[in-house]
Amino acid sequence: MRKKKTGLIFFPAFDWAISPTHPEREERLLYTQDQVFEEGLLDLENIIEFKPQVATPEDIHRVHICVPNVKSVITESHLISAGGAITAADKVLTGVVDNAFALVRPPGHHAMRVVHGARGFCNINIEAVMIENLRKKYGRKRIAVVDTDCHHGDGTQDIYWHDPNTLYISIHQDGRTLYPGTGFPEEFGGPNALGTTINVPLPPNTSDEGFLYVLDHLILPVLEEFKPDLVINSAGQDNHYSDPITNMRFSARGYATLNERLKPDIAVLEGGYSIEGALPYVNVGIILAMAGLDYSAVSEPDYDPEAMKQSKEITKYIEEVTSDIYMFWKKRESLKAELLGDARYAKRERDIHYDTDRIREQQQEIVRICDDCGGLITIDSVASTANHIFAVIVPSAACSACRAEGEKIFDSVDKAKHRMTHLYFQDRDRDIFIVK
Amino acid sequence: MILGIDVGGTHTDAVLFENLQVRKKTKVLTKQENLIESLLGVTGEILQGENLKALRRIVFSTTISTNAIVQGKIDRVGLAIASGPGLPPSLLKISDDTRFVSGSINHRGAEVASVDVKEIGRIGEHFRKEGIHHLGVVGKFSTRNPKHEIQIRDLLNGDFRHITLGHRMSGNLNFPRRIATTFLNAAIWETYNAFVGEILKFKKQVGLETPIYILKADGGTFDIGHSAEFPVYTILSGPAASIMGILSLTRCTGDAIAIDVGGTTTDIAVFSSGVPLLEPLGVTIEGHRTLIRGLKTRSIGAGGDSRVRYRNGEITIGPERDGPAAAFGGRQPTPTDAMIVLGLTDIGDLHRAAEAVGHLAKSMKIPLGEAADRIFQETCRRIASAAGDMLDEINNKPVYTIHEMLEGKKIRPETLYIVGGPAGPMAARLGELLGCSAVIPPHAEVANAVGAALSRNTTEVTLLADTERKIMTIAEEGLQTGIPGQFSREDALEVCREKLRERALQIGAAGEDIEMEIVEDLEFNMVRGYSRTGKNIRIKAQVKPGLIAGSGGEIKT
Repeated sequence: MRKKKTGLIFFPAFDWAISPTHPEREERLLYTQDQVFEEGLLDLENIIEFKPQVATPEDIHRVHICVPNVKSVITESHLISAGGAITAADKVLTGVVDNAFALVRPPGHHAMRVVHGARGFCNINIEAVMIENLRKKYGRKRIAVVDTDCHHGDGTQDIYWHDPNTLYISIHQDGRTLYPGTGFPEEFGGPNALGTTINVPLPPNTSDEGFLYVLDHLILPVLEEFKPDLVINSAGQDNHYSDPITNMRFSARGYATLNERLKPDIAVLEGGYSIEGALPYVNVGIILAMAGLDYSAVSEPDYDPEAMKQSKEITKYIEEVTSDIYMFWKKRESLKAELLGDARYAKRERDIHYDTDRIREQQQEIVRICDDCGGLITIDSVASTANHIFAVIVPSAACSACRAEGEKIFDSVDKAKHRMTHLYFQDRDRDIFIVK
Repeated sequence: MILGIDVGGTHTDAVLFENLQVRKKTKVLTKQENLIESLLGVTGEILQGENLKALRRIVFSTTISTNAIVQGKIDRVGLAIASGPGLPPSLLKISDDTRFVSGSINHRGAEVASVDVKEIGRIGEHFRKEGIHHLGVVGKFSTRNPKHEIQIRDLLNGDFRHITLGHRMSGNLNFPRRIATTFLNAAIWETYNAFVGEILKFKKQVGLETPIYILKADGGTFDIGHSAEFPVYTILSGPAASIMGILSLTRCTGDAIAIDVGGTTTDIAVFSSGVPLLEPLGVTIEGHRTLIRGLKTRSIGAGGDSRVRYRNGEITIGPERDGPAAAFGGRQPTPTDAMIVLGLTDIGDLHRAAEAVGHLAKSMKIPLGEAADRIFQETCRRIASAAGDMLDEINNKPVYTIHEMLEGKKIRPETLYIVGGPAGPMAARLGELLGCSAVIPPHAEVANAVGAALSRNTTEVTLLADTERKIMTIAEEGLQTGIPGQFSREDALEVCREKLRERALQIGAAGEDIEMEIVEDLEFNMVRGYSRTGKNIRIKAQVKPGLIAGSGGEIKT
């Protein structure tokens, strides 16, 4: 193992909670802090702690359509946790460190492009806010997000669904058995970005062996072919065998091994609610692995590898799923013609549930089929909050046809006629955000 | 009367105060090979003819512990380390006499694996066979539950001279630092205790009844009896004496920078609202990061006697010293010589200074005055930039709450206090570079002795109450005791204040000097499932570094 210089951005937000007894509460990273401090990790010469910056509304506008505005759907803590991720990226991209871990809360991977409120404990997508910030500062990068949270990162998937330059791979507990109920292999990316979304649902009780199998036989080969400039790990820690709200059997050493093989440039904490039995050990394991240090002595006090073994059936199932998905990936180019024919637009209609804030949204999204860019997107969204919005999104590296059409639509849409409360124009290419 | 003595690397300063007026002061060269002789010699001399009954306080600051560590004159220490899961032993081993043992405590202080009695027996046997007399016992999370350390000590005990227990060193979490601190404490215990023995013998001989205190790295004092158990707290008391001296001589109440320009190095410290800043975890000595509370100082290799070079069109200052300044018979040009050439000071031999700086001017192909000015400017720039970096680092220290993130205090110094040989010539320029008004305190030549004499006793207490487990721990006391389920934050604060007072009195504090400050005050709801099962309360209280009561007036000679 080669020693690496690792940046750590630690922000436990000891004075913020969704509600006093919510899993996303003040206490969540308390024991992790204790363990990290007691291990003396911050004294190691190749581990450097940085204070997070505070993200700005402009950073959020680059990713989200917050309804009615940024201020009403977030708190300061969200700006700091997104800012922590941005700081991690800054330190890596300016060469101050080799890699960095944003050990911050609250999390973000369930936050979709349109935000009417909080869903799955998330308000804004901190990885996406970081990615678009770093693209603005350091140029258009090909980026891979590998989401190892136990829940499908439906927010990150939504935001990058149409972006051919962002590969989103999620491994998670099967959506038939866990929130948010999505993330099946058939969810494979939008028409202009087929294959750059990859979902690997794993059966309950999958252990280290299963996770590492998917890593070695699918994720690493796909990354090899995608050739990203940066690999980002949404490092949720709720696959742990002791997590109270999931059913997997991943261990601290398993997480460390995954990290060592994946070699993410940036890791960002997502979920993980076994705050005593898992997080202290998983985080120490991840930090040591990122820094290229020996993590073989990291272990949960109650870990019994024999008891945590997965069944033969699970092993077999995972081997099949992995091989199927890899075949899918290999065929992604030919799939486009097959699926789309000569359609000029593709439409998605969805009911989106905001479990945390108890809001329902009906959303219609139309994307222009385009060979030259990610494609113009328009969104019509009605929420149970009585907000009805329409958004025009010009993608980054937009072609002139998509841009012209987007500008025309935004100028011509009749707010009063459609009883819309807000109109948004998000130009991700020119970093413009307009609200009408 | 109060007597303060600082035995420094070069000089020993002594000051005798009477009603806060300097009654006598003296400065002599330190005999490095015999510190106790230096100390007792000066003590005897300054007390000559004085009424010993009128002496109410004696404070010593010595380099005995620092020297023992820096010069490697330390004893072998057998370490028994219960490391549990986490960092591998390879990253924790501090010497060949380290043994990793069974036994593990988790972050909440619960026992995860028990101590192996036979294993400890074997290790004790091994240390005995090796002729090791000083031991250290350190467990991960022992500050959360000292049970294993105490049990191992009891199992080892018998004929060893001394056993240091990790949890007594500090209430802070940091296992590698706890190991280093324990190791150093045991390693210098014998040397330091011999020193204490000499002082107590002397005290008896001359019939002194005055309590004697020793200055610690945090700029506070503790009584000599207590220091015998915790010799490691006395390291780096020299810089602490200097900072406390500046505080005594200036009555600083705002944000300020203090700079002590020496011959080889310059030490920088920072005051926040008149209180010198402490290292967050502990000081570092000879590469050992420790848990020893200490004043935050930064030392850079640039001083009045630093070697000056001209290379590749650049002037460089230090980091080494190659004898004294040319004006005082040295061979190389130094910043002091440049200041003499510029007429900023009239010490030494101007001719020799000009000759040395002239050599450099020739290779720089510029006039003498310009070369001297460039050396002077570069010296000031280096010191100012180190001070600036230190402030940036302090102001950008990570914080863990939204409140601190948004409202946290930033230090904005308005005053620069400067002491040391070249303080006079450099004050104005350094003040300008740092945007501060520069002040040279009076009696700066004996600042260290003044600092030692007037520093109050300091101590701290770290409390963790876990109402789910119904247990309260006070790390520094090795105390773990039951509490009722409804134990509150107010109860915890009350216990902390009481314990802090008790500890301060034990180490010899006067009641009026126990100015308490709560430095950490956190309370968490513990939730298991979806219901509240208890509270996790964390309080840290301290008597912060400062001056003894009644020393508020102007110091006069």
